[in-house]
Amino acid sequence: MHPALQALFVIVVGVGGCVTYFYASNLLLDKVLFPASGPNAGRNTNRANMIRPWLFLFPALFLLSLYLAYPVFATAWLSLFAKNGDFVGLGNYTRMFGEPKFGESLANNILWLIVVPAAATAFGLLAAQLTDRIKWGNFAKSLIFMPMAISFVGASVIFKLIYDSREADLSQIGLINAVWLKFDGGVGSFLMLRLVPFLLIGCLLLAITWAGWSVLRPLLRGQGDGLLVKAARILGALVAAFLAFELGIWLYGIATNDLPFGQPQVWLQKPYWNNFFLMAVLVWIQTGFAMVILSAALRGVPEDTIEAATIDGANPFQIFFKIKVPQIMGTIIVVWTTITITVLKVFDIVLAMTNGQWETQVLANYMYDKLFRALDWGMGSASAMIIMLLVTPILIWNVVNARKEMR
Amino acid sequence: MADLVLKNVEKAYGEVKVLKDINLDIKTGELIVFVGPSGCGKSTLLRMIAGLERITGGDFSIDGVRMNDVPPAQRGIAMVFQSYALYPHMTVRDNMAFALKIAKKSAAEIQAAVDKAARILQLTPYLDRLPKALSGGQRQRVAIGRSIVRDPKVYLFDEPLSNLDAALRVATRIEIAQLKEAMPNSTMVYVTHDQVEAMTLASRIVVLAGGGISQVGSPLELYERPENEFVAQFIGSPSMNLLAGEVVETGATTVVRLENGGLARTHVPTQSADKGLKVKIGVRPEDFTETDGDAIHAGEVEITEALGEVTLLYFQKTADGAQIVAKLPGIRPELRRQTVKLTANPKKVHLFANGKSLLYR
Ligand SMILES: Nc1ncnc2c1ncn2[C@@H]1O[C@H](COP(=O)(O)OP(=O)(O)O)[C@@H](O)[C@H]1O
Ligand SMILES: [Mg+2]
Repeated sequence: MHPALQALFVIVVGVGGCVTYFYASNLLLDKVLFPASGPNAGRNTNRANMIRPWLFLFPALFLLSLYLAYPVFATAWLSLFAKNGDFVGLGNYTRMFGEPKFGESLANNILWLIVVPAAATAFGLLAAQLTDRIKWGNFAKSLIFMPMAISFVGASVIFKLIYDSREADLSQIGLINAVWLKFDGGVGSFLMLRLVPFLLIGCLLLAITWAGWSVLRPLLRGQGDGLLVKAARILGALVAAFLAFELGIWLYGIATNDLPFGQPQVWLQKPYWNNFFLMAVLVWIQTGFAMVILSAALRGVPEDTIEAATIDGANPFQIFFKIKVPQIMGTIIVVWTTITITVLKVFDIVLAMTNGQWETQVLANYMYDKLFRALDWGMGSASAMIIMLLVTPILIWNVVNARKEMR
Repeated sequence: MADLVLKNVEKAYGEVKVLKDINLDIKTGELIVFVGPSGCGKSTLLRMIAGLERITGGDFSIDGVRMNDVPPAQRGIAMVFQSYALYPHMTVRDNMAFALKIAKKSAAEIQAAVDKAARILQLTPYLDRLPKALSGGQRQRVAIGRSIVRDPKVYLFDEPLSNLDAALRVATRIEIAQLKEAMPNSTMVYVTHDQVEAMTLASRIVVLAGGGISQVGSPLELYERPENEFVAQFIGSPSMNLLAGEVVETGATTVVRLENGGLARTHVPTQSADKGLKVKIGVRPEDFTETDGDAIHAGEVEITEALGEVTLLYFQKTADGAQIVAKLPGIRPELRRQTVKLTANPKKVHLFANGKSLLYR
C-alpha cells in the first residue's frame, strides 16, 4: 500500500475507533448496565455518572501507563545492567560521569537551558507587544508563528543552508558567509562588527546585571521570604552573574578580536560559538509559541490599569515593564518553563546539524548515541534517567504554575 | 487653582459625532457633575478632559493653557475609574506611591504623602495588602487615595460609586463630599448617571443628552427651573408628569385647558399672542395636592406604594399612554381603586412648548 494511503487508513481507523469506543461504551453503560428506567432509575443514573469519567479516561490512562509509566521503570531497571547483561548497580552512572563527552553534554545542555528559554520568551514578548497595536500586526504574527509548523529537522536543514560555507572563490549559498564576505575591515565593518555588537551586548550585560541585582536585593535587605523563594533568588542571581561574566568575555572579544576578513568561515565547526548557532534554530521556532501565548495574555491586561498609569505619568516603557509585564508574570513563567522542557529534550536539531561533533553534544543526543549507535542499553538508559531527573522538577513547577494561571 | 474652559468641543468616532458644541466654563473649586442617560457621552467628555481620548474639534484649556495636545500626565489631573483600575500586582502603598515614584520624588516625600492620604481615607491598616484582599469600598478609597497623593489641580471621577452596594454608595458619597470640603481649591468633575448623586454632590450639574449639553445649573435651579422637558423629567424621582393642553388665558398667571379635561394654572407668564398655543404642563409628583375644585388630573388610582413618610399613587394610563404619578404625604393605601382629584400650586407648575420651558424666552 502507498504510505499516504496507509496514513489515511490509520487516521480513519484511529479516529473512527475512538468515536466508536466512546459511543458504544456510553451506550452500554446507559442502556444495559445501569438503565435510567425501572424501579432503580435514580440510583442507576448516579452510578452511571460515577463510572462515566473512568470509562472515558480509560483509553488515555491505559495507553499512558503502557507507553509512559512502564517504560520509566523499565529504563530505570535497564540502567543497572552492563552491555554484556551483567548487573553492575550504579556502575553505568559512575562510568558516565567519568566520560568527557557526558560532561560536555551536560554543560551544553545547561547553556541551552539558560539561553534558549530566555531568548525565545524575550523575543516572543517583544513581538507580542510590538504587533499589538499595528494594522498588519496579525500578518506579522502569522509570519513569526510559522516556524512552529516546521519540524525541527526541517528547520535544521534550513539553517544548515544559512550557515553553509564554500571556497572563497565560489559564490556563497550560505546567507551568513555571503554577508560576512561583504565586510572588508573598513569603517562599515567597524560599525557593524565592533561598535553595534559592543553596544548591544553592553546593554544586555547591564540589563542582566540589573536584573540579577533586583532579584538579589530583597534578600540583602532581609525581606521575610520563604526558604524556597530565598533559594530561587540566590539561583537567579548566580545565573545572572554567570551570564554577566560570559558577556563580559564577549565584550572583550568583540573589542580585541582579529577578524579574518575575506575568508569564508565554517560556522558550525567553531567550538562554543556553534552551540549558539544551533540554539538560534530553536529560538527561531519557539519565539512564535511564546508570542502567541503572551500576546493573548497582554490583551487580557485591563485597559484601565494602563490608562491609570498613563495619567500617573508613566511612559510607554514604564507601562510595559511596571504595569503590563508584572500582570502577565504568571503566563511568562509558564511559557518559560514550557520552553525549558522542550530545550531539555533537544535532540533533532543537534543530530541533524552537527551530530554532537565539534563540542555541541547534548544529553538527548548522547543518549541516542549510546542506545542506538554503541548499542549500550545500560549507559543509554542511565543517561535517559538523568534527563528525566532534570525535567521532572521543571515539569512539576510548570504544571503548578499553569494551574494557578487557570484559576 | 484650575479653571477649565471647553469651547465648541466635539468628539467624532469616524463619521459618528457622539458629542458636539460643548461649551462649558468650570471655575476653581467647583464640583461639576455630568449626568445623563447611559451612552450619552459623559465618559467620553471626561476622558477628553483627562487626555485619554483625542479631542476632534474645539478647544479645551486649563488656566488659559490649551490642553488639546498635552499628554495626560502633564495636565495636572487625576482620575478615579469606575472599575477602580488599581494595579493588581502592587500593594495599596505601592499603588498610591506609583505616580510619585514615576515623578522621582524622594522616598521621605512619598512616604509622607502616602501616609497622609491613607490617614484621611482610613486605609492605614491596609497599606501592605494587595487590592484583591480589599472590599469594594476599600478599593475605591485606594483609587481616591492614588489621586490625592499627587495633589492634582483637577480631580476626575467616572461613576466611582456604581460598583458599590447601596449602603456603601451613600457612605462613600458623603466621604467624597467631605473630601471636597477639605480641598476647597481643587476642581472636581464627576460623572454619574444617578441623579441623586448629582443633586447631593454638585455645585453645578451639567445635563448631557443627545450629544450636547441640555442645561447647566445648580441642583436646585435644575429642579425648580428646568429649561426643557428632558431635564425636567431627568431630574427628580419619580420624574415630572407632563400633560398636554392649550393656553386659554394669558398674563402673569397662565391658564391651560388640558386634553384630559382638567384645568391648570401656572405662574409662568405668557403674552396674549400665546393664546391657543399647544403646550405641555409639568407637575412633579410631590407638588400634587388633593382637591375638590378644578383638577389638573382626576382618575382612578391603580397602585399605591406606601413608603412611610409619603405614598406614591400610580394612576390609570391616560388616553395618550402617559402614566401620572403623585406623591402624597402620609400613609394612604386606602386610595387604591379610588378616584382622586389632583391640583397643584401655580408656583410649582412648569410650562413647556415644543419641549422648551416658557420660563426661558
Ligand atoms: N471607541 C468608540 N468607537 C465608537 N463609538 C464609541 C466609542 N467609544 C464610545 N462610543 C460611543 O460614544 C457614546 C458615548 O459613550 P460613553 O461616553 O461611554 O457614554 P456614557 O455616557 O455612558 O459614559 C456611546 O454611544 C458609545 O457607543
Ligand atoms: Mg460611562
